Amino acid sequence: MEFKFEIEGGNFSKAGSASSEVKKILKQLNVNPKIIKRTVVSLYEAEVNVVAHAFEGNMNVDIDTDKIVVKIEDRGPGIPDIDQAMQEGYSTATPQVREMGFGAGMGLPNIKRNSDKMNITSKVDVGTELEIINYFG
Amino acid sequence: MEQIHFYHALKVVDEVCIGCTHCMNVCPTAAIRVKNGIADINKNACVDCGECLKACPVNAIIVEQDDFTQIFNYKQRVALLPTVLLGQFPDDVSEVQIYNEIKDLGFTHVYEVDGAVDALIDSTKKFMHKHHQERPFISSFCPAIVRLIQVKFPALVDNIIRLKPVIDISAQFYRKKLQDKGYAQNEIGIFYVTPCAAKIAAVKSPVGEEKSLIDGVINMDFIYNKVLLSIKNSKKETKKYPENIHMSRRSIGWTLTTGEASRYSGRCLAIDEIHNVIEVLEKLENEEITDVDFLELRACDHSCAGGVLATENRFLAIERLRKRAAWYHRNKPMIMPEREIDLYKTYLQENIGIDKVEPRSILSLDSDMMVAMKKMKKINRIMKVLPGIDCGACGAPRCQALAEDVVQGKAKMTQCVFLQKMLTKEGLISPQESFDISEDTWGKSRFEKKNLNDH
Repeated sequence: MEFKFEIEGGNFSKAGSASSEVKKILKQLNVNPKIIKRTVVSLYEAEVNVVAHAFEGNMNVDIDTDKIVVKIEDRGPGIPDIDQAMQEGYSTATPQVREMGFGAGMGLPNIKRNSDKMNITSKVDVGTELEIINYFG
Repeated sequence: MEQIHFYHALKVVDEVCIGCTHCMNVCPTAAIRVKNGIADINKNACVDCGECLKACPVNAIIVEQDDFTQIFNYKQRVALLPTVLLGQFPDDVSEVQIYNEIKDLGFTHVYEVDGAVDALIDSTKKFMHKHHQERPFISSFCPAIVRLIQVKFPALVDNIIRLKPVIDISAQFYRKKLQDKGYAQNEIGIFYVTPCAAKIAAVKSPVGEEKSLIDGVINMDFIYNKVLLSIKNSKKETKKYPENIHMSRRSIGWTLTTGEASRYSGRCLAIDEIHNVIEVLEKLENEEITDVDFLELRACDHSCAGGVLATENRFLAIERLRKRAAWYHRNKPMIMPEREIDLYKTYLQENIGIDKVEPRSILSLDSDMMVAMKKMKKINRIMKVLPGIDCGACGAPRCQALAEDVVQGKAKMTQCVFLQKMLTKEGLISPQESFDISEDTWGKSRFEKKNLNDH
C-alpha cells in the first residue's frame, strides 16, 4: 500500500503531521507497537529535518506485510558532508530553529538508531533523499 | 490475565434515550453508535471517562451503582471517601457533620483515601529511581486514562507506573487494621464513594490486579444528597473542622490538578481533560516530547473536582478544598501525633505493586495484517464516495467511522443519507427502502407523522 504526504519547509507548527498519519495507519494494520514507535520516531526526525532545512519535500510510504519503506525527498540545500551530519550533536540548524526546541543535532543518528536500514544521498543546493526501512517481523 | 468482559459503570437507559447523537459526537474513543434510535456503547472501546453522560441532554446515561443496603452484609462497614466530597457541601456545613451523617447512614468507619498519599509518594520516588530507563513515567491515578492508553496508545503501556492508587492502598490499610483487631475477612466490608464512573469500572474489573480490595462502590451524588438532607433536617451546630484528624495539604490537593506532579522532582507535567491528555499522548508516542520525567494525566476537566458525580461547580469545590487545606496547615499540631496509617507503612509498601498493564488496542482492523491491509484499502475506497462532512446522520460519529463499520460488517453504506439520495435518484433503491434504512438507524417513532399545526 502506498501513501504520499507533502512536507512544507519552514512550517514547524505542522511538523509531525505526516508521521502521525503513518502512525495511525500502522496501528490499524496491527503492527507491533514497539516497531510502530521506532518507525514513527525516525519519521518524525526526518520530517523535522525537511521542515528545518529544506524548502519543501514529500514522504512516500510503501507498506507491505513484512516491512515499511519510506522515502523522504526534499528540495533544499543538501548535506555537504553526510559523515559529519551522522555524528551525535552535529547540527547546522540556525539559532532561530534551536530556540523552537529543534536542531539539537541528534536527527540523523536518531533516525539510524530507530530504523533497520537507512540510506541517504544528497546533492548540495539540490536536495536530500532519505530512505528508511523497518521490518515488522 | 486481562478479563475478556469489561465492566462499565456507564449505562444507557433505553426508555429515556432520544438518540440525539450528542454523546456519540463527544466520545473520545468513538465508542458510541446510534442504532434503532438509541445510543449503543461498544464495551471494548469505552474507557468510562463519562464525557457521554456530561453531554446527554435528557440524562439517559447513568452511572450504575451497587445497592446501598449491601453494606449491611458486613459487621464492619468502612466508607472510603475521596477528599473532593468534602468540597461539595455549602460553606455552613461542617466537616464534623458530614462525617457524623455518613456514620449515621450505617458506616462504622469513615476514612478519606487521600490520607494514604505519603506511602504512595515515597514508593513512586523509589519506583522511578529503580526503573529510570522507563521514563517518562505515567501515573496510574486515573483509571479512565489507564484504559485510554490500553486501547489507543498501546506503545505507552510500559510507561505506566506499576503502583496501586491511593484508593487501593487505603482499602488495604483498613482491611489489615480491622483484621489485626480480630475481625474476620468476611466481616469487613469496604466501600468507596466515587466521584466518577471510571473508578467504579476500576473496582469491578481492575487492571494489573487480580481482585479488587473494595467490596462495593457508592456514587458520590447519592451520598451528597443523603448527607445534605439529614443535615438540613437536624441543624445540629458543630465545629467546622474535627479536632482529632489532621489532613495535610499533600492529601487534600492530591486529586486536584498538579496534586501529584508537584510532589516529584525533575520535569513533571500535569494535564487534565481527556482531549488534552490525548493530544499530549500523541506527542509522547512520537517522541515529540522527550525529557519528561513524570506525567499526571486525568480524564476530567480540573481533575476529580470535575468528576461526573460531583454535584458542586468544580471551581467552587476547588476553592473550598484549598481553604480547607490552608486551615489544616495553619492549625497543624506542634507535635504531629503518629497516624495509624504510618504504623502500616511497611506492610502497605510491600504490597503496593501491580502487574504490567496489557495493551488491548481497538485500532487494528484485523489481527491478520494481510486482511487488515485489504480492509484499509476498502475503507479508503468507501471514503471517496462518502460526503466527508461528519454529519452523524448514519448513526456513526464520522464518515471514517462509518467506513470502518462497513468494512467490519457492522454497518451498511446505505446508512449514509447522501448515498441514499444518490441511489434513489438513480433508481438503485426505492424511496421505501431508503425510508426503511433511516427507520433502522433512528427508530420508528422518530418518523411518526406529526401535525405541524399542533405546535
